[in-house]
Amino acid sequence: MTSSATKPRGARARAAIAAKTLRTDRWWLAPLITVIGLGAWVTYATVRVFMHKWYWVEDYHYLTPFYSPCVTDRCIPEASHFGQYLPGWWIIPDAAFTLPFLLLFRLTCYYYRKAYYRSFWLSPPACAVPDGHASYGGETRFPLIVQNSHRYFFYFAMVISLINTWDAILAFHSPEGFGFGLGNLILLGNVIMLWAYTISCHSCRHIIGGRLKNFSKHPVRYRAWGYVSWLNVRHMQLAWITLGTLALADFYVMSVAAGWISDLRFIN
Amino acid sequence: MTTTTTRIERHHYDVVVIGAGGAGLRAAIEARLAGKKTAIISKSLFGKAHTVMAEGGAAAAMGNVNSRDSWQVHFRDTMRGGKFLNNFRMAELHAKESPQRIWELETYGALFDRTKDGKISQRNFGGHEYPRLAHVGDRTGLELIRTLQQKIVSLQQEDKREHGSYDARIKVFSETTITELLLDGDRVAGAFGYYRESGEFVLFEAPAVVLATGGVGRSYKVTSNSWEYTGDGHALALRAGATLINMEFLQFHPTGMVWPVSVKGILVTESVRGDGGILKNSEGKRFMFDYVPDVFRKQYAETPEEADRWYTDPDNNRRPPELLPRDEVARAINSEVKAGRGTPAGGVYLDIASRLPAEEIRRRLPSMHHQFKGLADVDITKEPMEVGPTCHYVMGGIEVEPDSGAAHGSVRGLFAAGEVSGGMHGSNRLGGNSLSDLLVFGKRAGGHAATYVDQLAARPKVEVAAVETAVETALAPLQRDTGENPYTLQQDLQAVMGDLVGIIRREAELEESLVRLAELRERVAKVSATGGRRYNPGWHLALDLRNMLVVSECTAKAALERRESRGGHTREDFPTMDPQWRRVNLVCSLEGDTVRLNRKPLPKMRTELVGLFDRAELAKYLTDEELAEFDALSAVDAAAATDDATDAAEKER
Amino acid sequence: MGTETSGAPGKPGAKRQFRIWRGDADGGELQDYMVEVNEGEVVLDVIHRLQATDAPDLACRWNCKAGKCGSCSMEINGMPKLGCMTRMSTFEENETVTVTPLRTFPVIRDLVTDVSFNYEKARETPAFAPPADLAPGDYRMQQVDVERSQEFRKCIECFLCQNVCHVIRDHDENKPAFSGPRYFIRAAELDMHPLDTRTDRKEYAQSDQGLGFCNITKCCTEVCPEHIKITDNGIIPMKERVVDRRYDPLVWLGSKIFRRGQVPQTNVTSEHSPGAVRSTAAMGGVHSHAGGSHDAQAEVQAQQGVNWHREVPHPTAPATDASGRLPLTELTFDRAAAPSPFGDDVTFPLPPEHLNFAHPEQDEKHH
Repeated sequence: MTSSATKPRGARARAAIAAKTLRTDRWWLAPLITVIGLGAWVTYATVRVFMHKWYWVEDYHYLTPFYSPCVTDRCIPEASHFGQYLPGWWIIPDAAFTLPFLLLFRLTCYYYRKAYYRSFWLSPPACAVPDGHASYGGETRFPLIVQNSHRYFFYFAMVISLINTWDAILAFHSPEGFGFGLGNLILLGNVIMLWAYTISCHSCRHIIGGRLKNFSKHPVRYRAWGYVSWLNVRHMQLAWITLGTLALADFYVMSVAAGWISDLRFIN
Repeated sequence: MTTTTTRIERHHYDVVVIGAGGAGLRAAIEARLAGKKTAIISKSLFGKAHTVMAEGGAAAAMGNVNSRDSWQVHFRDTMRGGKFLNNFRMAELHAKESPQRIWELETYGALFDRTKDGKISQRNFGGHEYPRLAHVGDRTGLELIRTLQQKIVSLQQEDKREHGSYDARIKVFSETTITELLLDGDRVAGAFGYYRESGEFVLFEAPAVVLATGGVGRSYKVTSNSWEYTGDGHALALRAGATLINMEFLQFHPTGMVWPVSVKGILVTESVRGDGGILKNSEGKRFMFDYVPDVFRKQYAETPEEADRWYTDPDNNRRPPELLPRDEVARAINSEVKAGRGTPAGGVYLDIASRLPAEEIRRRLPSMHHQFKGLADVDITKEPMEVGPTCHYVMGGIEVEPDSGAAHGSVRGLFAAGEVSGGMHGSNRLGGNSLSDLLVFGKRAGGHAATYVDQLAARPKVEVAAVETAVETALAPLQRDTGENPYTLQQDLQAVMGDLVGIIRREAELEESLVRLAELRERVAKVSATGGRRYNPGWHLALDLRNMLVVSECTAKAALERRESRGGHTREDFPTMDPQWRRVNLVCSLEGDTVRLNRKPLPKMRTELVGLFDRAELAKYLTDEELAEFDALSAVDAAAATDDATDAAEKER
Repeated sequence: MGTETSGAPGKPGAKRQFRIWRGDADGGELQDYMVEVNEGEVVLDVIHRLQATDAPDLACRWNCKAGKCGSCSMEINGMPKLGCMTRMSTFEENETVTVTPLRTFPVIRDLVTDVSFNYEKARETPAFAPPADLAPGDYRMQQVDVERSQEFRKCIECFLCQNVCHVIRDHDENKPAFSGPRYFIRAAELDMHPLDTRTDRKEYAQSDQGLGFCNITKCCTEVCPEHIKITDNGIIPMKERVVDRRYDPLVWLGSKIFRRGQVPQTNVTSEHSPGAVRSTAAMGGVHSHAGGSHDAQAEVQAQQGVNWHREVPHPTAPATDASGRLPLTELTFDRAAAPSPFGDDVTFPLPPEHLNFAHPEQDEKHH
């Protein structure tokens, strides 16, 4: 193909360019924003998860997604829709069955991988900017080869999305029976966005139709693949939006539960 | 001086293919499949050849979209497009074999756009009666070159399994330029050149050489061709004793970009017009209706209403005049601009924005949209394009045996295919015919080169003296430091050709061009290049200049000789077609240093092929004498038909 | 190499500051040039003007000058780009434009690098494997089935993705084990090709091309001048396909139950599996085994009586899973017993036209 085998050629060196990168734009801005954004969110979430309070609004049955389903014996019984199985030791999050999987779902997500490999791991910090590491093996060996298990966490995330949906439905409640307030809108918005984020997952896109060789033989799956692909293009945006809606939903429920604000009620 | 030659790298091959575009790669595949050890020589990197620029598609009468299509119709269109100056046998072979060649590409992995029933989709194109162009969006050339490239890789993988080396039987020498063909008597013995990268020389000893070097467009100021198109193959063939025909016929693509200046010459595919784009002058008039020549009056719409209906109902309406053959469109645009109705940049408007919804334009013409957006910041879904004629293709080339691609003249073992060969397209090439031409004649040339090697009793030998001369010639520009800058010389040559041997030609200007070319020849002989031998573009250009020059001389001489206008040759002083001139090919050869021009009668078309045309149509092209012959023949046919009818009637009784 | 003549009508060009890397494998440096720049020009035009004036021996690759051939790859202000597609109007009037060769590949001279790494990788990637039973002209594919591969075939091989990929850009030692984005999408293209008959492309991508090195940081997609979604449409689907093969029990189970999709389950001909139907046809119909004949002519012959010239069916391999074992776990298997030794699709009694006689002589001749 090339004539390299016969061309007179000694050891070839790369161009000796002193500067590590010649980029003149603000390439460091995007990773910086990612570090700040993810860092702030993780801090908030950690604090909230270990607070063990202000997660349930008795009057309206609002349950924050951070505590759903509440499965330790410390939980307020009404908030435990699916039973209580674990001891209430402080280190155990009250949603111990779901949080680890949600975390792993996002940790192995193809978008988040890009985001944190670039910003936290600096591998590479930006295109055409040198990698911050002496050697690199990518996702070829343990532990990073585990990233390939994204699909299982997707299955779990589907189940968890169902649970969150159930929570949002139960929240149409008031002491008088049916009720509807601002909190419902927030929880509902959060659930819709969570679904959008979960469905737009690359693994989902693959399972739903991407794995097929002949779309023409599977018209229904092809259409479904088309819809998922449409969402998938927006996976990054959805990833950030859901971080926002999660935090917002949690913060709102906390504020109402703590009595800092009162819920704006539309019906009852 | 033996030290010079001993230091030169030598290779032994059965077939050396010069040029790695569509034709070269197809020829190489064929030679390799015939069991020959094959080298492919590419002036640039593998897979970058100019074939990637072909956008529209590859014409082949597969009849996937309109089942009435057949090779006969394709043949007729090709002859009509070439104004009957084509080598009929080449046109016939081309029309017959192109479907097979396209289908073959699918087995190599090509993915053409599909029809509803899963066949290869075919699109309309200027000069073709039915939708005929197999295409992939508007990047068909890229698909073609990539497919052939990958087929070669797959052959190399086979060789690796069998012989342990990828390069065992087919090897690509990328970024290598051939400067000289070496002969043993009248037989090809090898090729001499240099690696662009290192400047080291290399000698290929091979009994058969296939030339597939493409065209000559770099001799023109406004051209769609890349730097590689310096007429290397034409010049190598001339110097080896072969002949060139039809060199006066150059195709100016009617719609090249004229704005912005830096990308002047880049093509706007004809599909833009095929999909509904129309040409307007600066007054906003759709002017093509004024330029339909009588020859075509019958097939083309007379009103915009009828033309617009054609896009949706091609069977019951005549085609829009925007889809006239390229030379007619180019001439029309030229006339409009000369009459002062052009755009500020010297072109006309090509408007598709007002004809199709933006989404549809992006879907049908993705890379056009991308190209204009990227290169000129023009959004073709919103505003019209500014286009004008640009030098695009040379119809003329090495005179070859139609069936084998073997070069005429005194040399043996030399084959040619693709743009570098002449005859197939006559005086004007139809869009889409070049991609299929590459495949059909590439395969033929490669196959016949292999057969030729088999028939040889003894391998020809390369003479040491010839190699030494070649080395000296190649090094000369580097050793002179008093000569002119090659870039200046190239610009001067481009100016001469563009201004004096351009799209519209006049006797006085052509005579002047010959004088100027003679001056340039003196200056080029003394050209000097600065710098060393490693990847030195100045030196490379200095070596290409002499090729450009000799080919330009052929073009200018032939253009002066042919006193008529036909296809890609327009003489202002002889504006009409002359049936007498149709019977003549102008053949160019080299005697020592001098370019000679001879007239040669065109081969006579076989009767059954002549019979494919209406008498009325033939009357526009043939001389009275030829027509009388035709009438006599059809009279015989008619009589025979009457006899049959009488016989049949009698039997029934 | 030629050059475009300068001279835009009207506006005279302004002088602009350029820094271009000049040198070779032995070393080099950024050199400053002041060059005239006219309206509407691209970086490659400016380099051509330099060649025609100040630096006739400035080495630079280019061909089509229209973003279609992918020759003029270079790094402009540190970003990998095509010289012909980078308009000068994207820079500030007083901005210095720095042009350097691709960093990932060895330099030859000035802006020209030795990209043979890519051609070597191309040569290692297994080529298209055409179906043996289809003659040229008989290929039938639906547009929706070819579209995914067509996106990857837009690739102009400019190698900007290869150049920007940090796996080899910053870690030269990974070059032998890593093929790069260009060849991941080549593997994806062939894996998604509706008629390609190779089924091991995913394994190849994983084991030989080094798909696992990719940490999907998406720079390849960012620099692609053809806007191919290399990561989202090529690399990630390939990674997912590898997961199908290697790790996912649910998909595996689903394929056992529904027997569809493209994860090859068994060698047994199944009417639900497009791949398997082709392999039956691949034997030209003549070889079709009992119960699964798709050969109309053989059917007709069979109707007319015993067909003595019919070829003996090829032995059917048992239904094994990816590890080569019989899937005998009844929990996950779609039947209550071991697979039929006659092939899963054969039901008894056989229709008479499918009966074969193992003629002793004929048998000997063929085996």
